[in-house]
Amino acid sequence: MPSVTPSQTIGPFYFGTIINGYRHDLAPPGVPGERIDVVLILHDVQGAIVPDGLLEIWQANSAGRYNHPDDRRNLPLDPGFEGFGRASTDTSGCSHFSTVKPGRVPWPTGGLQAPHINISIFARGVLNRLATRLYFDGDPANGEDPVLNLVEPARRATLIARRDGSGVWRLPIHLGGANETVFFDC
Amino acid sequence: MTTDTYRRSAADDHPANASPEYKSTATRSPTRPPVVLPQSLSEITGPLLSTERLGALENDLTRQRMSAPLGERIIVQGRVLDENGKPVPEALVEIWQCNASGRYHHPGDQHDAPLDPNFYGGGRARADGDGRYKFITIKPGAYPWKNHHNAWRPAHIHFSLFGPAFATRLITQMYFPNDPLLAIDPIYNSVPEGARARLQASFDIDLTQPEWALGYRFDIVLRGRNATPME
Ligand SMILES: [Fe+2]
Repeated sequence: MPSVTPSQTIGPFYFGTIINGYRHDLAPPGVPGERIDVVLILHDVQGAIVPDGLLEIWQANSAGRYNHPDDRRNLPLDPGFEGFGRASTDTSGCSHFSTVKPGRVPWPTGGLQAPHINISIFARGVLNRLATRLYFDGDPANGEDPVLNLVEPARRATLIARRDGSGVWRLPIHLGGANETVFFDC
Repeated sequence: MTTDTYRRSAADDHPANASPEYKSTATRSPTRPPVVLPQSLSEITGPLLSTERLGALENDLTRQRMSAPLGERIIVQGRVLDENGKPVPEALVEIWQCNASGRYHHPGDQHDAPLDPNFYGGGRARADGDGRYKFITIKPGAYPWKNHHNAWRPAHIHFSLFGPAFATRLITQMYFPNDPLLAIDPIYNSVPEGARARLQASFDIDLTQPEWALGYRFDIVLRGRNATPME
């Protein structure tokens, strides 16, 4: 059987059609759900911002349904909503997305996960894709989320976005250092 | 106990995040072990980008501008497979590369080598039902990159693939056989020794088109599904 192809860094000069493929706005008008704006801020291990990263997000729709054939539940799909977003970080380390708040999706051994957005991180100096999640501060389901409960309590906050004064959900992502984000081997 | 849908890679399949010879990893690699996550719907689904319409010339990087770019025309062709040897049908493959002089069409690239107005360097292809993809491009040049004294990247093409799930996402680089820079490149050599050769395309006389272009074969292998668990 063939062996898996090893990962390499995206490098500093990703561009071209990959840029034409940027998707900041996941939910065109008419897609049901609570409209949210999300800002992810990428930091290196020393806390400096990372202005040349690429962040991708993947999420369920507001009903908790993934637009994918392996999600076979009888829940509505929303025309025009795939659930994928991609944005480079800007000179202040930020990637902006407009979307809808995802619904809850099931956990393999039963129960539901709290609403969350799955995140992939690529950058120069990052040799393997880093995977993490965004949860929503104050969501009543967070306390029973099986993934948050896998994480030691002191580090859970690294996964929880907070609302700023203008209602934007902001999540700093730290590649290392004292506030190192929890990354997942999935 | 549930079984993972997608196989987990072995430690000797991928680079270590912290690879000291590649200097940028020093400030950009996590030091704590990742939290091992059972694979839920969030991990076994992912963007298929099946509604993304590709233009007819997106896989031909030699015909995206007014006229033909300078450089050695090549064909890069292969299959997107999984670890079970099964094709990944309709996979979206994205590539980007520098021109024949070793310069990227990117504002951040300050290498003192000429831009080629006829070469942009980005391409996309949709694999067919058997996972077959094909690009026509020019051979990228080597370029200096300041990682250490006299550091030069071997010629390479960047590849980005999604596969069927969030868990199968892969960004990698394709290299050319017999490149003397491979032996001294920290990024290529960040991959464990036994897995490095998987990143080299092979020259293929059968893909080569007479009087027109050399052919290189590069198969990409994404994570495969485990045998279906008993439920
Ligand atoms: Fe490169």
